[in-house]
Amino acid sequence: MSSSTNSPTHHTSTIGAIGAPSRRNTELALLVFAVAIPVFAYANVGLAISDQVPSGLLSYGLGLGLLAGVAHLAVRKFAPYADPLLLPLATLLNGLGLVVIWRLDQSKLLQSLPNFVTAAPRQLLYTALGIGLFVVVLIFLKDHRVLQRYTYISMFTALVLLILPLVPGLGANIYGAKIWINIPGLGSLQPGEFAKIVLAVFFAGYLMVKRDALALASRRFMGLYLPRGRDLGPILVVWAISILILVFETDLGTSLLFFGMFVIMLYVATERTSWIVFGLLMSAVGAVGVASFESHIQTRVQAWLNPMREYELSRQVTHDGILHSDQLQQALWAFGSGGTLGSGWGQGHSDLIRFAANSDFVLATFGEELGLAGVMAILLIYGLIVERGVRTALAARDPFGKLLAIGLSGAFALQVFVVAGGVMGLIPLTGMTMPFLAYGGSSVLANWALIGILIRISDTARRPAPAPASSPDAEMTQVVRPS
Amino acid sequence: MSELTLTVMRLGFLAVLWLFVIVAVQVIRSDLFGTRVTQRGSRREAARPQPSGRQQTRQQARQQAAPPQQRGQQGGGRRGRNAPTKLVVTEGTLTGTTVALQGQTITLGRAHDSTIVLDDDYASSRHARIYPDQNGQWIIEDLGSTNGTYLDRSRLTTPTPIPLGAPIRIGKTAIELRK
Repeated sequence: MSSSTNSPTHHTSTIGAIGAPSRRNTELALLVFAVAIPVFAYANVGLAISDQVPSGLLSYGLGLGLLAGVAHLAVRKFAPYADPLLLPLATLLNGLGLVVIWRLDQSKLLQSLPNFVTAAPRQLLYTALGIGLFVVVLIFLKDHRVLQRYTYISMFTALVLLILPLVPGLGANIYGAKIWINIPGLGSLQPGEFAKIVLAVFFAGYLMVKRDALALASRRFMGLYLPRGRDLGPILVVWAISILILVFETDLGTSLLFFGMFVIMLYVATERTSWIVFGLLMSAVGAVGVASFESHIQTRVQAWLNPMREYELSRQVTHDGILHSDQLQQALWAFGSGGTLGSGWGQGHSDLIRFAANSDFVLATFGEELGLAGVMAILLIYGLIVERGVRTALAARDPFGKLLAIGLSGAFALQVFVVAGGVMGLIPLTGMTMPFLAYGGSSVLANWALIGILIRISDTARRPAPAPASSPDAEMTQVVRPS
Repeated sequence: MSELTLTVMRLGFLAVLWLFVIVAVQVIRSDLFGTRVTQRGSRREAARPQPSGRQQTRQQARQQAAPPQQRGQQGGGRRGRNAPTKLVVTEGTLTGTTVALQGQTITLGRAHDSTIVLDDDYASSRHARIYPDQNGQWIIEDLGSTNGTYLDRSRLTTPTPIPLGAPIRIGKTAIELRK
């Protein structure tokens, strides 16, 4: 369970008792804290907007607390040695997301929009379903190594999930990006969110088997290990698929996420920096190449480079057939007017973003109402989740678990980067959502499942080695030695 | 609602949010994998050249071991006064390292998750383990190591009880149980 001093100069160290604490009580304490913060925020929004503690405070607080309690009990029962931080961090983000969505529901401007729905109760329902899925993952996934059996089935499933939005009649084109499917009676679903997890399983299983071939057969050139031509096959295939996603679904985020996840896992599996160099070059070539002929991507790039011009065009009647949107400029203004400490809950004007203010652009509301200090805290919380994922990967004993944990946390990190970067104007905007914060069922469900798998791997990794079994026939086989 | 109250709430919320982040980081800090390693005493020890004689080393280790360092109750205490309470490394690069015996299994080897990580070319990654049986007698078991584990002069083939003070040799490292 431990290391001792390796330096020969320390001759006087004592190694203390090795107890493997399960840390479940720490988790419970943090969880109480993580539920209390959104409740505070919720009361704050009510006081700021309508001068009274909102009537739903008790039900939202109890609802969130109950869900967190169920998740905690499930972890206590089914994964007692799991990491104590993953669950509270995810719960806090989910709770803050609920508060922001409820706060945007109160906006008169958004209520006047034609397709307005009160999103907060639905998001609470999605959260309940998400935590249900989390518990189901913990119950039925007793050992993450089982997933290894489904390596190629996962590949097939992921491809199906990725292609689904393109199937005529099923796919839905929502504002240019075709990453949705419509299920009659149930609403729409973003299969890409689930494909992220399934694909991580496939990459982990595949790379675990092939990593030696990919790592060892290489020539050294200018400090880089160059892989042989034929070993470039897998990365070329994944690259081609992500380019196809970019062309047909016109979504830069999904494409970047999948290719980036593969490159991260390839790097971790082979320990060769050259893969990262190759990956960056290939994604740059692919993105520039596709952007040169795909008009939807061009519009996004234009909006990214000149948000102010888009803002002005959106105020005029244009006849170029392109949907001009002032969202990005409004989001930038929201961040700007938030300043360092923000305007306070409920006192910003991020509802000016109008459409998607509570999903794609949810971070802008945090930027305006909590300021730089709040956004930094939120990003740190995301960073901590990723850190715990990577720590889980380091601690995992089996290579499949290592790769799966690194793939899932890498995908999570990339998604946060792509969305936050898009909303803040660092990179072109994509159609993905902030995990846990944004309104949307698929995202909440998929990310709770992701946290569930990470908790399962970390439970296996941190479980103390079983005590040596006292064999019943030990007495019979004792060696009698003359003394 | 007055401006002042809202400002206080706004700053209060940010403070609470950051407090959560700081608490989470503290949990990570205390949660780093590993056992507690306490450095005891003597700086002059480190400055002095390493003693070569076995006798000297022993003496020294005894001196260092003299201050009471066992916390909590000892698992081996059931066997009365002759029960060993600590494991001491007497030779090798880790000379002077002690492990309190509290009923836990002690693993030895080059693997970084061993209780005692042997930095020794002759040790296997999971070399041997030491554990108490039902009577509290401490047993050493070789885990199929390449170069073997020696109790006194004989190479271990089966799990064997460890007498007090008998040297266990793994490569260049020697350890023994002490009261």
